[in-house]
Amino acid sequence: MTTLIRNGRIIDPVNGRDEIADLLIVDGRIAPLDQRSTINHQLDEIDAANLIVSPGLIDIHVHLREPGFGWKETIGSGARAAAAGGFTTVVCMPNTSPVADSPSTIAWIKDRAAEVAGIHVLPAGAISKNLAGEELAPIGSLAQAGVVAITDDGHCIQNNELMRRAVEYARMFDLPVLDHCQDYNLVGNGVAHEGYWSTLLGLPGWPGAGEEAIVARNILLAELCDHRIHCQHISAAGSVRLLREARARGLKISGEVCPHHIALTDAAIENFDTDYKMNPPLRTQRDVDALLEGIADGTLDILASDHAPHAKFEKEVEFDAAPFGIVGLETELGLFLDLLVHRHKTVDLPRLIALFTVNPARLLGLESGTLSLGAPADITLIDPALEWTVDVGTFASASRNTPFDSWRLKGRAVRTIVGGKTVWAL
Amino acid sequence: MTVHWTRKDLLGLRELSAEEITLVLETADAFKQVGTREVKKVPALQGKTLINLFIEPSTRTRTSFELAAKRLSADIVNITAAASSLTKGETLKDTAKVLEANHADLIVLRHSSAGAAQFLSTRVRASVINAGDGAHEHPTQGLLDLYTIREKKGAVAGLHVAIIGDILFSRVARSNIFALLKMGARVTLVGPSTLVPREFEQLGAKISHQLDEVLPSADVVNLLRIQHERQRKEYFPGLGEYIRFFGLTKSRAKLLKPDCLIMHPGPINRGVEIDSDLADGPQSVIFDQVTNGLAIRMAVLYLCGGIVTR
Repeated sequence: MTTLIRNGRIIDPVNGRDEIADLLIVDGRIAPLDQRSTINHQLDEIDAANLIVSPGLIDIHVHLREPGFGWKETIGSGARAAAAGGFTTVVCMPNTSPVADSPSTIAWIKDRAAEVAGIHVLPAGAISKNLAGEELAPIGSLAQAGVVAITDDGHCIQNNELMRRAVEYARMFDLPVLDHCQDYNLVGNGVAHEGYWSTLLGLPGWPGAGEEAIVARNILLAELCDHRIHCQHISAAGSVRLLREARARGLKISGEVCPHHIALTDAAIENFDTDYKMNPPLRTQRDVDALLEGIADGTLDILASDHAPHAKFEKEVEFDAAPFGIVGLETELGLFLDLLVHRHKTVDLPRLIALFTVNPARLLGLESGTLSLGAPADITLIDPALEWTVDVGTFASASRNTPFDSWRLKGRAVRTIVGGKTVWAL
Repeated sequence: MTVHWTRKDLLGLRELSAEEITLVLETADAFKQVGTREVKKVPALQGKTLINLFIEPSTRTRTSFELAAKRLSADIVNITAAASSLTKGETLKDTAKVLEANHADLIVLRHSSAGAAQFLSTRVRASVINAGDGAHEHPTQGLLDLYTIREKKGAVAGLHVAIIGDILFSRVARSNIFALLKMGARVTLVGPSTLVPREFEQLGAKISHQLDEVLPSADVVNLLRIQHERQRKEYFPGLGEYIRFFGLTKSRAKLLKPDCLIMHPGPINRGVEIDSDLADGPQSVIFDQVTNGLAIRMAVLYLCGGIVTR
């Protein structure tokens, strides 16, 4: 099968490419344009005038909830949400039931994904058995089963010695370690950023220092073990400062940003709406500004959603009793385009695309994330100027827990292509 | 004054205007007078059904609301956590819907979660009265404290009120801060730095950790219960040290102006936040607060009950 994407603005950060051109796909891979003359069968054409032709977007932080929590999301519905958000690859977190801490569960997820997903669903395995933070999961066997990273996401290993050994051990398999940074003693039962609003509303506080302490720990361990640690959903200004200093020293440490942490501040919790309850929590404008600076100067070089579906009945409870998290796959690109490119001008389009493609691909050692000749034809067509309104009623996700319903955004994906095949189009 | 009560619910004092607060206090004046009569009952809420939904244990507030409702001739049902379906896993929303299906007109909610009353208010047609939600607000306590100060001092504006103790975990402190500042008082919060974090300054209160410096200028001292049950031991080293720095002892009380009021929302830990004799002494208005609480709760039920004739 052969497809020609015509007249798009091809942006491929790996190759420093940014030009209006055609892109040829032959047998699911990017092919040289001159190969076109040798093709004698039917050629599909896609008009990409005024669109960006980007390597397929990668989201390294999503919860697809299967096995075990199919009422929140399934691999099928989550993958459709990803495709509708412009993502060709997602990394699913291991806090399922059973926990993805054994090769059989990884095999189940991969089989299921192959059957229903249509996009690349790459499982992350657990660091510790049952995410309990007490003993190592069989990390080598998980690597053989095909995990692309290990993480206890949603939990955080408190025992620094265990974390050290996990990082050291994962190095043998070249598996990056992703960490949800939360010091349990400092955070306690916190549900809202510790500051003005938590004080006013009487909600238990979750101080920025609770994240920063673990980011600092991870920096020390990345240096000690000489291996990659990636800090998930960075929310606090101090974490950005720590990461900046560590990366300047060349350590193998990185951090990611979620859209809600730059789109909103803790003032949003005033009415105790649980769609504003996430972990880590929404923080202050000062933290938002620090995250934007961190993105601008390259300290934070990966964007992710932390897509966390929950059913309405689970979220419609008292604030402190509600589960943390919001769905994000279908609003993520629109929010980042709107906020980072159009509104704050934090990054230009090529930089934004790098944050979604080559950077996560490098962290995980994937061959995707580029439009190089011979690369898999995972492609996202983006209309950066299209103005649209978020409507949860149209979501492919099985859940609707988002604070962004009815938001007007500028820019979104309009077509998602995996292995040369269109899996979703607006 | 021609303020009309338009609120279905009383969720907190932060959202009330000074005029609305005054309206409640003036309404309470009339009901306080009713309490001195031979027949203490009025027909204001006759035919209305009130549910006391107390998910967190409470004796004095529940009793006060129950008496207030009975004096207004409402039909009342008490539901406590142990007796409710919440122990069977029913959500607060479903519990409320069941009460609504039973034609409840007013729901008085005590709950351990901040925001619980607000949560309920947007999901039921019934009036929701917040009887304490986590560390957030306890509006009727704030109102009865205000009422007591106004009754004893004539006015609230210009007074200096010191609130002493565990501010961080206290819904009483928050409701008092919001209302007192709105009514023109100055508020100083006193306690260990772990229980009086600096963020409270952003609410408009002053903070001090030197009780002896605050007492001489106070017109009112409101002592909050040190809640052992809620505090992990890292907040302060122990009761002995707490009393040394923040207990209202007899020797410290000598620093008070002779007409300074001593208040406490109860239940009192005698010998901890306040010396036992002081709690019973001439400056103490602790039991006036209880009496006034009844009048305030009658006023609040009456106003939210939707039969305002002012």
